[in-house]
Amino acid sequence: MAAERALDWVAISPDPLDAGALERWARRPAYGAVVTFCGTPRTSSTHDHDVVALEYETEPTLAEARLRAVSDEARRRWPELGAIVLHHRVGSVALLESAVVVVVSSPHRDAAFDAARFCIDALKRSVPMWKREVWVGGSAWSEEGQTIVSARDL
Amino acid sequence: MTTLLLLGPAREAAGVARDEFVGATIDEILDAAIARYGEAFTRVLAVSQVWLNGEATSRDAPVGPQDEVVVLPPISGG
Repeated sequence: MAAERALDWVAISPDPLDAGALERWARRPAYGAVVTFCGTPRTSSTHDHDVVALEYETEPTLAEARLRAVSDEARRRWPELGAIVLHHRVGSVALLESAVVVVVSSPHRDAAFDAARFCIDALKRSVPMWKREVWVGGSAWSEEGQTIVSARDL
Repeated sequence: MTTLLLLGPAREAAGVARDEFVGATIDEILDAAIARYGEAFTRVLAVSQVWLNGEATSRDAPVGPQDEVVVLPPISGG
């Protein structure tokens, strides 16, 4: 399910995400700044229960195409970027595990921070992904619903 | 037959993730889906986006046997 190019690596993964390994992949001699963002499940819920896990669901081909649109748009806005990693997990994600990892490397930190921020925000608005909140004794779809938009429009 | 993909809450409401329908437009495919899946699906569809082959389009867009219509409820990713 991975789709790897020389400097872009987007994936929808049923396996645990290793943020350290992804960050190492994004480190290159030409780029002096590496920003990593990890999104992890939190206990607070939209359903008044303590969350113990999140279950993510998507259609991988569709979602990977949208991840690639996010990385393409980041490159259009910050042409100096080095590597871009956008990985989203599917299936059950426990507390403290990463549901999503974004890594951006760049010659200097301003573009790395700005592009990483753009990538996670755009990912959350433009990639089809649904999550169920799981608590002891039940589960339900998250009530955070947003309309899907294009990364170019953000 | 046109493929219909049902994602997240739409999959749950329909009871299937992928199905096939005959119809000339997206509207006709969705009408057939409503007839097949019933009330819970109708409620989800009312708040969903519908894409054709990975892109947003209008619901009167023509469809053919190779096309894939996707029902996307509001997202909650990341």
